[in-house]
Amino acid sequence: MWIEASIALRFLRQGRTQSLLILVGISVGVAVIVFVTALISGLQANVIDRTLGTQAHIRVEAPREVNRLARAGDGVLQLVLEDPRPQSLRPIDNWLEVRDVLDRLPGITAVSPLVSGPAFGRRGDAVESVALVGIDPPRYLRVIPLDAHMVEGQLRVGSGNVLVGRILADDLGLRLGGKLRLEAGDGRDAIVTIAGIFELGVRDLDSRYVYTDLKQAQSLLALPGGVTVIDLTVEKLFEADQLAARVRGLTGLQAESWMESNAQLMNALSSQSLSTRMISFFVAMSVALGIASVLAVSVAQRTREIGILRAMGTRRRQLLRVFLVQGAVLGLIGSAIGALAGLGLVWVFNRFGPGLFVIPLPPALIPAAMAIATIAGMGAALAPAWRASRLDPVEAIRG
Amino acid sequence: MADRREVLRLEGLRKSYNVGQPTEVEVLHGIDLRLDSADFAALVGPSGSGKSTLLNLIGLLDTPTAGELYLQGEATAHMDDEARTALRGRHIGFVFQFHHLIGAFTALENVLMPWMVANGRPTPEILERARGLLSDVGLARFADRRPDQLSGGQQQRVAIARALVTRPALLLADEPTGNLDTKTAAEVFDLLRRFNADYGCAVLVVTHDPRLSETCDRTITLVDGNIVSDERNRATAADA
Repeated sequence: MWIEASIALRFLRQGRTQSLLILVGISVGVAVIVFVTALISGLQANVIDRTLGTQAHIRVEAPREVNRLARAGDGVLQLVLEDPRPQSLRPIDNWLEVRDVLDRLPGITAVSPLVSGPAFGRRGDAVESVALVGIDPPRYLRVIPLDAHMVEGQLRVGSGNVLVGRILADDLGLRLGGKLRLEAGDGRDAIVTIAGIFELGVRDLDSRYVYTDLKQAQSLLALPGGVTVIDLTVEKLFEADQLAARVRGLTGLQAESWMESNAQLMNALSSQSLSTRMISFFVAMSVALGIASVLAVSVAQRTREIGILRAMGTRRRQLLRVFLVQGAVLGLIGSAIGALAGLGLVWVFNRFGPGLFVIPLPPALIPAAMAIATIAGMGAALAPAWRASRLDPVEAIRG
Repeated sequence: MADRREVLRLEGLRKSYNVGQPTEVEVLHGIDLRLDSADFAALVGPSGSGKSTLLNLIGLLDTPTAGELYLQGEATAHMDDEARTALRGRHIGFVFQFHHLIGAFTALENVLMPWMVANGRPTPEILERARGLLSDVGLARFADRRPDQLSGGQQQRVAIARALVTRPALLLADEPTGNLDTKTAAEVFDLLRRFNADYGCAVLVVTHDPRLSETCDRTITLVDGNIVSDERNRATAADA
């Protein structure tokens, strides 16, 4: 292998201009691939992060209430006008057992039961409709990092303490330690103390959410001891829909993954991934064709030298290797330079770009790009290398 | 005088082109020939007589249509490319009309090349042998030059050193002096003679130049694909 590698390197060095030009081509191609891949995966991670910052990965609820139709007898034509049933606030049956089952389910990292229902918040003459959310803080924080979004006060619920969103606090003129009257209908109401103000960055949530503890919400919503929702966090984001299906099957409850509730987002993400892959594929393809054409020219130029090498006892597979090594070396060096350039672009983007989000540097991207480029270089060299190895020495020497 | 040993034997060697087609043509019509070690033979004949074809067959660069070719006692007609390539690398040295050095390597590396493609990284012994050959051809000072920094005669002398580095049993030279001036041609020819005498390797030279062929021990004349004469020229012939 030593002699093949030395001949390959000498050939590359001798055809310096060609080698440099194709190296520039490979570098630019790999830089584009690295940068675009990092950019898109950074963008997607950012979007997912923002979406899931205020959303559970899987939301488990009691099954919806549906009409059950009595079966008509055989031969009877039944005309039905169905009135859909109203969906009353219903607790999840046996939620403690369900919670314990979900706690043990592999792939699920957090289970947070909560009570959620509508209410009014009143202060003086001002009334706002609010979403009452009763939580078990240690469990809830593992699903939604509410503590990171506190802007005032403390994350403290229970004993009449609640957390309200920034916009709701502004609308009702609430401040820390202030009182708020919560009315849930049917004469159930409570006066609570503002212990903290949060800002999740989503308008709808910041203007409507009121966090209490489980017990307070249960009594306001007339669901003693019950919960209406169980939020789940999963280990692998993109397996959420499979896990949701599993939870459905296991519990008979309704379980919706973030992928289902954000179908449009998922669609956008997968289209993005597809276009990234296509860009990468076509860039890689043109780089490979560039390598192939440079080596094909090199084989044509070196016909006589190849002939004399054959005459002096060089075997076909040795010549094959000489040109495969050239392809691999071009791919390796070009991709190393290109990967560095891609990293440079990422750095420039993070430093001087629009600053909307930071592109992380996926550590596996660089070795993966280099490995693929090296293999692609060898693949591109295959045809010219094959031709070199099949040259008839008699013809080749005659030139 | 080195002892006489058979290096090459041709038996009824035929070569046709375009076999099986209407244009099929036979250029060699059953050649019988034997070359011994220490033979210094010229292969002469008008152009189109089949000299180059015969040389390519002897050099295992091409395969005969019929007949057998023994190199160092091994029958080669039915060998595959791999085996012929290995045998060629081991036993045959080539000198062509146009030197055909590898431009990307220095003179010394070119001399080492046949050894390196068979054995890999050069050992100190082979390096010494290659340097010795370069100084034998008077180019010790030019070991690190590239072919394009050498004159035509110098390049041809490097090519001769290269042909001998593996100590081949048979040296094939195709118009080795064809594009050299008379004085340089004579020097190159003297070198071939000297190596023939020093290493006992058989030399077969294809040449048009009667002055060169006359200095060989033996002249084989090929006309229209047949050997029409095979004469020993000098006193050395009496040893046979």
